[in-house]
Amino acid sequence: MKYLTEFRNGEIAQRMAREIHAIATRPWKIMEVCGGQTHSIIKNGIDQMLPAGIEMIHGPGCPVCVTPLELIDKALAIAAQPGVIFCSFGDMLRVPGTDADLFQIKGAGGDVRVVYSPLDAVEIAAKNPGRQVVFFGVGFETTAPANAMSVHIAKRRGLKNFSVLMSHVLVPPAIAAILESPGNQVQAFLLAGHVNSVMGYWEYPPIAEKYRIPLVVTGFEPLDLLDGIRRAVIQLEAGRYEVENAYERIVTYDGNQPAQKMLAEVFEVTDRAWRGIGVIPKSGWRLSEGYREFDAAERFHITGIHTEESPLCRAGDVLRGAIKPAECGAFGKECTPRHPLGATMVSSEGACAAYFNYGRFLSAEDLATAGSGLTHA
Amino acid sequence: MPEIANTETSVGSSNDRSTDVPDFSNWTCPLPLAGYPTIVMGHGGGGKLGNELVEHLFLPAFRNAALENLGDAAVLNLPSGRLAMSTDSFVVQPLFFPGGSIGELAVNGTVNDLAVSGAVPRYLSASFILEEGFPLAQLAAIVEAMAAAATTAGVRIVTGDTKVVERGHGDGCYINTAGIGTLREGIQVGPNRAKPGDAILVSGTIGDHGMAIMSVREGLEFESQIRSDCAALNGMIGDVLDAAGMAVHAMRDPTRGGLASTLNEIAQASGVGIAIDEARLPVRTEVQSACELLGLDPVYVANEGKAVFFVAPEAAEQVLAVLKAHPLGCDAAVIGQVTAEHKGMLVARTAMGSNRVIAQQIGEQLPRIC
Repeated sequence: MKYLTEFRNGEIAQRMAREIHAIATRPWKIMEVCGGQTHSIIKNGIDQMLPAGIEMIHGPGCPVCVTPLELIDKALAIAAQPGVIFCSFGDMLRVPGTDADLFQIKGAGGDVRVVYSPLDAVEIAAKNPGRQVVFFGVGFETTAPANAMSVHIAKRRGLKNFSVLMSHVLVPPAIAAILESPGNQVQAFLLAGHVNSVMGYWEYPPIAEKYRIPLVVTGFEPLDLLDGIRRAVIQLEAGRYEVENAYERIVTYDGNQPAQKMLAEVFEVTDRAWRGIGVIPKSGWRLSEGYREFDAAERFHITGIHTEESPLCRAGDVLRGAIKPAECGAFGKECTPRHPLGATMVSSEGACAAYFNYGRFLSAEDLATAGSGLTHA
Repeated sequence: MPEIANTETSVGSSNDRSTDVPDFSNWTCPLPLAGYPTIVMGHGGGGKLGNELVEHLFLPAFRNAALENLGDAAVLNLPSGRLAMSTDSFVVQPLFFPGGSIGELAVNGTVNDLAVSGAVPRYLSASFILEEGFPLAQLAAIVEAMAAAATTAGVRIVTGDTKVVERGHGDGCYINTAGIGTLREGIQVGPNRAKPGDAILVSGTIGDHGMAIMSVREGLEFESQIRSDCAALNGMIGDVLDAAGMAVHAMRDPTRGGLASTLNEIAQASGVGIAIDEARLPVRTEVQSACELLGLDPVYVANEGKAVFFVAPEAAEQVLAVLKAHPLGCDAAVIGQVTAEHKGMLVARTAMGSNRVIAQQIGEQLPRIC
């Protein structure tokens, strides 16, 4: 596969890892922002290839994980209403609300459908004029253009039965919040390359400057990640703090201009609550005045929601990078992918699920010897 | 589940990318089925309409001596010895997909379950649960597909049943098949018989069926069409057992849950560890690409025409050669081995040289947000 297989070459990966070993003279803590990067790091064992002093801290960039519990409960309440067709990306279905998840709502008779694009939800609305169609629009800047486009098209087509339950979050304010949190240990960031494919990286130089921190736009394949880490370490060792692009085949400085124009028209910046973290000022988008009529939260007026997080769940500490998943007392015990206490154990991009699914509950020695019986032809 | 393509759009439209999905737009019934172009409640009522279905559709398609008696039970002559029996229900949507239909699946699924148990599949039953309004043309196409698959697999469909449920209470057509096979002599296979040192082979590329279904169900348009691998494996498995006999310790067809579920189940049933090498897994480029796009892992995606073999190490080369000589096994590969370590677990060596656990899946794989 072009653009993929050549970035998964084991030999080149080993060479790049050796280079990082040669450059690093001190311990460094580097945060990968995006859950997709966390997934790839753990799946491919990238962290095991790094010098012992270089620690990858897993960031909050999992849209499923940071969607507030209250919004999930709202989604469940809307999806359970008769006549509603509730459309969602697949991995939101298993996220536990206070009492249920979308699978259970579906099992109880709710019309819950997985879509691959919000534009599919618009089509469903057009085909079902007698029913309210709601799209669960969560995500970072990556999914925002398609969500904005869906609302834009629904308005142009005059669809009165389409709305979006929205919780869009933004990377730059989250990075600033992490850097300003007391006890922050992160010394460099791997930026979420797919966010930058939309937004470019023009927003980031002031952050690098203000917090004197290296920011490297990074992709998702093993060689992308190793290159991002390598560049971050070089900057750290040299005392530099710049925005660098290690994902040039996808990301430009300006990003996708038509998409940004659409976002500016449909959305406006708002304060946003992040599950496990709290409210971060100006860290999200909501529908702008001209599109507010498509806001499902306003259309359905769901009230009386009392959320309750599991007292055992430390997803917030995981999302802030304060602890590794296995350091949570409930990890692998009360909390497993089958019985998740928090969203980080549900989403395939969640750090807890990545640790659990790829066997990070085993000791390093167990894993190192696990495949030793393999004979290579 | 995702929005399910309704049968009109998935079957009736003759779009060029699904060339082997039948076009029913100009179909006329060749049989005097009392003028009904669709299933009505009466087809399951045990009266004249139901008899017509049997006489004009099922009997001509499946014709054999045991079935022609039309008794309440088929009477069979079987050699003495041990028998294997299996049953499976088929609820796939869409009913027709690139590379096959629910008809082939219903026959091959049960044939394969018998074959991987070390049996020679002989006889099948076929029960249909049809939804009121289901087009007879589609039923005829499904029945023809079953008849052809049974002929290919060398089995006979000797008894059956049809029920009709009210519109909205079914999904067009559900099929249950049960099968009886005679166990081969001189072999001992079972999911609990894998031993440390065994070589693990897979008979071909993984993930083809699941991604073929997904490509038509979700309306995703890939550049190249992915076809289901749906096939009867009893011929190929027979060749392997003829050649390797007792050296074959366990066999499975990795259907739902894919290769990962099958290997995890055998690791647990046998109390052994399984180590595979990711780089050796045969995966078609188009399947890998589609999986990348949707955030899925082909090790969890269903197959309908693949078998996994656990064989004594000294027989691995021979079994590989036998598989490769069979038309259904040309992409066969040795993918790993059984170990005494990490009992009950499946561990993969990644292309990066690191190891990762491949866990049993909780439910169905869910496409990621981004």
